[in-house]
Amino acid sequence: MSQIIVVTSGKGGVGKTTTSASFGSGLALKGHKTVIIDFDIGLRNLDLIMGCERRVVYDFVNVVNDEANLNQALIKDKRVDNLFLLPASQTRNKDALTREGVERIFDQLTNEHNFDYIVCDSPAGIEHGALMALYFADEAIIVTNPEVSSVRDSDRILGILASQSRRAERGEDPVKERMLLTRYCPTRVASGDMLCIEDIEEILAIPLIGVIPESGDVLKASNSGSPVILDSESNAAQAYSDAVDRFLGEEVPLRFITEEKPGLFKRLFGGKG
Amino acid sequence: MSLLDYFRTPKKNTASLAKERLQIIVAHERSKRGTPSYLPQMQKEILAVISKYVDIDKEQVKVNLDKNDQVSVLELNVTLPDNESQIR
Repeated sequence: MSQIIVVTSGKGGVGKTTTSASFGSGLALKGHKTVIIDFDIGLRNLDLIMGCERRVVYDFVNVVNDEANLNQALIKDKRVDNLFLLPASQTRNKDALTREGVERIFDQLTNEHNFDYIVCDSPAGIEHGALMALYFADEAIIVTNPEVSSVRDSDRILGILASQSRRAERGEDPVKERMLLTRYCPTRVASGDMLCIEDIEEILAIPLIGVIPESGDVLKASNSGSPVILDSESNAAQAYSDAVDRFLGEEVPLRFITEEKPGLFKRLFGGKG
Repeated sequence: MSLLDYFRTPKKNTASLAKERLQIIVAHERSKRGTPSYLPQMQKEILAVISKYVDIDKEQVKVNLDKNDQVSVLELNVTLPDNESQIR
């Protein structure tokens, strides 16, 4: 039975697609057969972040409408074994996805393709696409920035997961919710100008799965179409890798959450922060 | 930063301001979560019926919906005026 993970946030631009790409790649690197599905119908971008935009022939909606089969639409990643992508359609019809259609594809991914994990990259907002992405979820990763509007929207999404997911509708065990804090900047936390981890945990009251530090490497990775987790030198990559380990049940201490004091050499000669 | 700034009491930092504001708005929004969409309209109509008989203030009617796992309780709290003459 595959596990369905939704990566969601309510607010846009907090790092859902970056997280989906890196988290999915991380699961695959650990040997789990993983597919990442772009639910942002009309505004697909996961293909670009994953660097396979030129390999898209058929998409999610084509499969739902029986215009193509899953084998034709799934894109196999060239860098990571066990990793596949199902791109979103560029159609402007936002209601192109139906619950029945999505359920049928999930059944096929589970039973015929034997995926261990199905990672659903949710669009922003709380409209059709976002609701569809979270409906079937077993686990939810709530991507949150240490900033008021993002925290509020995360809480909103938690309310929707608790009432509008399939698990909620059927009265089953609730969706397992965990928070991933991204764009965290320890220096600004130290100076009192950014919400700290503990504050956000207190407000949202869900377990933390990881903290990704603000890092220029994330933009560099998206520029080059490679999930940031593959840039193993980068702090962001290591933090994502830790989050994947925690997801898989390992106990890993948080890293990159305290202010780095520049050494004497750096203070004298400068260098990148 | 001038030397004077150094001795001045620091401004309340913005992170704690953010936390306070978030705690209030999130608690408020959570309390409204799960209430049915017909509640405001129903409250209005109940008020209209009562004011047909008694001259009451809009603020004197409180409609509350409490939800437990098993049951939902609709609580209606009406404060009638002391003055007999106000009863129509």
